[in-house]
Amino acid sequence: MTVTVNAVNADNPEIDFSAEEAFGQELDRIRAEIIAARGAGDARYIHAVITAQRGLEAGGRAALAVSLFPPAWCAGTAMLATAKILENMELGHNILHGQWDWLGDPAVHSSTWEWDFLTPAEAWKHTHNHLHHTWTNVVGLDRDLGYVVFRMSADQRWQPRHLAQPLYNLLLAPLFEWGIALYDLEPDAVAAGRKPPRAFLTDLTGLLTKATCQLTKDYVLFPLFAGPSALPCLLGNLTANTVRNLWTHTIIFCGHFPQGVQTFTEEHIEGETRGEWYLRQVQGSANIEGGPLFHILSGNLGHQIEHHAFPDLPSNRYAEIAPRVREICERYGIPYVTGPLWKQYGSTWGRILRYAVPSR
Amino acid sequence: MPATPALVGRLLSAASWLTSPLTPDDYLGLIDPLLDARRPAARVTAVCAETPDTTTLTLRPGRGWSGHRAGQYLPVGVEVDGVRHWRTYSLTSVPDRPDRLLTITAKAVPGGRVSPRLVHRTQPGDVLRIGPAQGEFVLPDRPPPRMLMFTAGTGITPVMGMLRSLMSLRPPHPDVVLVHSAPTARDTIFGHELRLARAKVTWFRYHEHHTRAYGRLAPDDLARLCPDWRERETWACGPAPLLDAVEDHWARAGRGDQLHLEHFALSPALSPEADATGGRVRFTRTGVEAVADASTSLLAVGEAAGVRMAYGCRRGICFGCLTPLSYGRVRDLRTGELHDRAGQSIQTCVTAAAGPLALDA
Repeated sequence: MTVTVNAVNADNPEIDFSAEEAFGQELDRIRAEIIAARGAGDARYIHAVITAQRGLEAGGRAALAVSLFPPAWCAGTAMLATAKILENMELGHNILHGQWDWLGDPAVHSSTWEWDFLTPAEAWKHTHNHLHHTWTNVVGLDRDLGYVVFRMSADQRWQPRHLAQPLYNLLLAPLFEWGIALYDLEPDAVAAGRKPPRAFLTDLTGLLTKATCQLTKDYVLFPLFAGPSALPCLLGNLTANTVRNLWTHTIIFCGHFPQGVQTFTEEHIEGETRGEWYLRQVQGSANIEGGPLFHILSGNLGHQIEHHAFPDLPSNRYAEIAPRVREICERYGIPYVTGPLWKQYGSTWGRILRYAVPSR
Repeated sequence: MPATPALVGRLLSAASWLTSPLTPDDYLGLIDPLLDARRPAARVTAVCAETPDTTTLTLRPGRGWSGHRAGQYLPVGVEVDGVRHWRTYSLTSVPDRPDRLLTITAKAVPGGRVSPRLVHRTQPGDVLRIGPAQGEFVLPDRPPPRMLMFTAGTGITPVMGMLRSLMSLRPPHPDVVLVHSAPTARDTIFGHELRLARAKVTWFRYHEHHTRAYGRLAPDDLARLCPDWRERETWACGPAPLLDAVEDHWARAGRGDQLHLEHFALSPALSPEADATGGRVRFTRTGVEAVADASTSLLAVGEAAGVRMAYGCRRGICFGCLTPLSYGRVRDLRTGELHDRAGQSIQTCVTAAAGPLALDA
């Protein structure tokens, strides 16, 4: 559906062009304020998360090394799963966005960070930072709108294979890192002639190298070092990776697919201004409500709307700007989609089921 | 035990299979920053004021340190308000000291962001990031028989590293003349040590000149202070105007090949006004130069000039275009924010020139 912004406020029946720009300027001011305020406290925050993550990972690995002892298995698996979730979400995703480049620290920089996820950081930065964040929810341009496999909008043409998309989603959730790794190779772009086969092969080599390191570590070396605990250690690693996959899949799907999130057409974004870009980012995202721990474990992507408006602001600042963004949206009559996790999760499933069948 | 570091290196390299995609250094650095060899660090062990605005810091470098040559400088990363700033300071200690300690001597630049903090607020126990020692202005492995050092102000610092090294060597020593100027005796860095050496060391002659009382020295004064300057291999370090005069003087005498110069890599002074418009852009890797106005993105400027620039979304979202700023100042076209930290990666698609600058592209 193509969206025109309609005010809910009767005194302000329609948002016109200048209102969109004023909306953009208000968001620009928030951005400038946070950039001016970033400092030693933010640096301490990210270093604390890094320390906690590495501590949890080391602790988890140590416990799984003696995981014949069941409490050690439980503690080790829980610590490792938490470490992987922290690494992918609050660290990897956000550092790779350049949110921490301003630290001037080559160790915490979008150009040097590599994450504990199958797809290489370089490949992911292209599909996610460039394609998805630039063309958010534009049918035909944002590949994340259904990840090439799902039909998530009435503007996407229905094909019989979409009937099986609830099944794809059930399979994708536990195997999410594999799904993203294949997706980042952009096989669809090669088939369509938009990506040269040589570039595909280079990316494939990068993925195979990274995958070798990832799989050797989790499924060969650590189990070997665990000696008599080899099998429980391997199962603990598999469980941690799977839990992380289920969690990241849930957070990411709930950020763009719940009821009320809008999609856009290529015509809609022709000559798009900065104000209109902000408007599209806000309307193309959904927040998930939760406590501070939930937000850290979800990489602050529960503040998906704020993240899409300001993908390069440090994630620890999203919570403080969220009420202000929401207030601005209310003032301009712009829908602000938010809800608790269970609601957004149900709503996402509703959408997957609804678009599995042809639109009337 | 020369085998130990190699063995440790091999073990850590094997262990990186377990820590992938991180490295063992990423974990070791959490225990003690000095254990991290990938991002070398040093711990300050002593702080000693040389003059009212100059301080010598004694540093214990960590695992990543690979040594230096007398005369080289050290990149130092100092955290100010969460942001790490890199500056370089001359190493003033003898290389490979038995206690493995280093010294750097830094002067507080008035109004500077980093040096006043380093000079006046550093305490023993502080940890600084360091880079590999750099610079070609070094004491040769076999020093020539006759040497002249011509320095001014903080220009003495790399030369002090060389002199201390010479003094630590066994005879025969070269014949060394040092001509050094500073504003006053009180402002003369290492003044006491140099005067003491003049009295004790037979092969070392030292002329200390005070500019506040007697004006600046010019290369012409060498005819009086060191009549045989033409016969000496010379090391000169100091403010740019002095070095320019020295270079010119030696070239006219046909002795340019005997001269070693150290320009302290001070980036060109930036004018404080925020509305500086455009500027000349140098792309250091490709050697291309272009003129940029204040509203065209540096990405567009580079591409128009035929430079293969990294790019992505072209609207400031994806960070695909990050390029290191070698020196100069850029303005964020969205916010007007200025960036002028050398070495910082900038988003070329949303920044424009705010004065002359160079990009590592």
